[in-house]
Amino acid sequence: MVRISRSTVIDAPIGAVWEVLRDFNGHDRWHPAVRKSLLEDGRKTDQVGCVRNFDLESGDNIRERLLSLDDRTHSFRYTIVDADVPLLDYVSEVVLKPVTDGNKTFWRWTSSFRTPPGQEKHLEKLVAEGVYEAGFAAVRDRVVREKSGGFSQAPVQGEIKGQGIGIARYGDASELTVMPVTAPLPGRGEIRLRQTAIGVNFIDVYCRTGYFKLLTPPGVLGMEAVGTVVDVGPDVSHLRSGQRVGYACPPAGSYATVRTMDAALVVPLPEWLDDETAAAGLLKGITAEFLLHRVHAVQPGETVLVFAPAGGVGRMLCQWANRLGATVIGATSTPEKARIAQANGARHVILPGKKSLEDQVRDLTGGKGADVIYDAVGRDTFDHSVAALSTCGHLVSFGQASGDIGPRDIGALASRSATLSRPNYGDYTDTPDKVKASTDRLFDAIRRGIITVEIGQRFKLSDAASAHRALESRETTASTVLIPDEQWRDTV
Amino acid sequence: MTKVYVSSVIGAPADRIWDSVRDFNALPDWVPAVAESRIEGGQPADQIGCVRAFRLQDGGFLREKLLALSDYDFTVTYAILESPMGVENYVATLRLAPITDGNKTFAEWTAEFDCDPAAENDLVSTIGTNVFQAAFDNLKRRFGG
Repeated sequence: MVRISRSTVIDAPIGAVWEVLRDFNGHDRWHPAVRKSLLEDGRKTDQVGCVRNFDLESGDNIRERLLSLDDRTHSFRYTIVDADVPLLDYVSEVVLKPVTDGNKTFWRWTSSFRTPPGQEKHLEKLVAEGVYEAGFAAVRDRVVREKSGGFSQAPVQGEIKGQGIGIARYGDASELTVMPVTAPLPGRGEIRLRQTAIGVNFIDVYCRTGYFKLLTPPGVLGMEAVGTVVDVGPDVSHLRSGQRVGYACPPAGSYATVRTMDAALVVPLPEWLDDETAAAGLLKGITAEFLLHRVHAVQPGETVLVFAPAGGVGRMLCQWANRLGATVIGATSTPEKARIAQANGARHVILPGKKSLEDQVRDLTGGKGADVIYDAVGRDTFDHSVAALSTCGHLVSFGQASGDIGPRDIGALASRSATLSRPNYGDYTDTPDKVKASTDRLFDAIRRGIITVEIGQRFKLSDAASAHRALESRETTASTVLIPDEQWRDTV
Repeated sequence: MTKVYVSSVIGAPADRIWDSVRDFNALPDWVPAVAESRIEGGQPADQIGCVRAFRLQDGGFLREKLLALSDYDFTVTYAILESPMGVENYVATLRLAPITDGNKTFAEWTAEFDCDPAAENDLVSTIGTNVFQAAFDNLKRRFGG
């Protein structure tokens, strides 16, 4: 039996090192010997028992199973299932420990295995140097570079001045004006970031008009943005300066070049995800994530009806539900939108016709109805949705694009033992644990191509009014992002 | 249960550091807070179950029992039998691990105990900073950081 133990100290906090290492399938992004790694059977990267199937730069293929993962002790173990390299009974463990008197990280990588006779020395060297020590160097480069990159070299004293787009009173898009913003030094539990891309969502229009009282004028609009951390306040352990981060949550204030905000709702972005895509996809993607996994956990074989299937959230719902094994029906208004829905995974599309929506759904489901209906249209569709449900079906009413739903008689639900949900985005994103769980799943889905984030149009931050007008007149396609003016000059 | 955890990197191989810290009767040599120590009953200092009785620089008197010692894992575990600190069920472990990349040592010292909640913050700081960290700092001065 060969036993190997290699250890090192990385000059970065344990959270930063663990963030890189705990992603069992992420080693192709940092380990120089790993060319490409994929998870088998659609499992998650932190799902114990998952198998990573990867090719080395040498051309060899290896399959490894995650045996244990422990966020409390910062450790995991894995075993080789099969490999082109003759490592037999190979079990390996990665352990991180904090160096408390220097905010560094001790990292030990151990294994035991057998080899064919005569190959012990060669394979020991390959694993110890080619895998473990090379891995130490790569992670060190990566986390120490991140730590010293971006804006982190010189701490910024006092407040940072910037520009924002906000309203002095509720109204139409002409009320949007440029206003100065200041980002104070981050306090306890806060971070300060310079923003590079800002997501535009329909909720911003509701804030602007006063339909949702999420913003009291005067104030800056916006729920979603991406940027780089300038500095962090006391008691923030999951973020550090220089890191690329994003958020999608109230309170409003994302239409700005700089911002100081609650760190709890801000997540680090994976390296492979660019700023604009993240800004375009976070809010819609988190919405799709909690609707499909937490409000109703979609099961293979279920029939899922999605309203507005060509819209931003609608496309993701179609793509993701389809990949979860559901039969997706889209309900939309034009043949063009029907084509988009089908291209995104809707097996059937319902258009307005002679038959009612519920009759069309019953025709497509052998009379059974839809198991779950995602309805963001609201007033005009609510009764049709209830009528289109299967026995014990679930109506998820998560928006009101056609207007307030108003009071309804819930008696109709009893006729088929139906469930009604009125989920609110804020309740699914109000703690760091919820945000992390949701974005972990979302990033994994984007990375694996289960859902795609498309940017339909970009506007300068100062031209946010044009973005709102386009959104309200339904001229936009896919997602819309705002780019700070200074950066706009660099990129366009 | 209150927990104290302190860890450090010391600039010499683990077996050399181990030589200094494995002697259960040698606290005065490397823990600045300890003035003098003896093993009760004339037992060897590496006999599991032996008790060290020692006096601190500030006059405090403690008795600690050796629960476990491993030359293979570089660990020593002990319990407090008697002390002026107001702790109960106090068990501590000192552990060394080689850092193969650079030939240094990762040292960690953990203590778990029960105490009066009002005294907890003071105890954590006294044990973590004045005893454990001070001892590590002393080793770093001797062997390099």
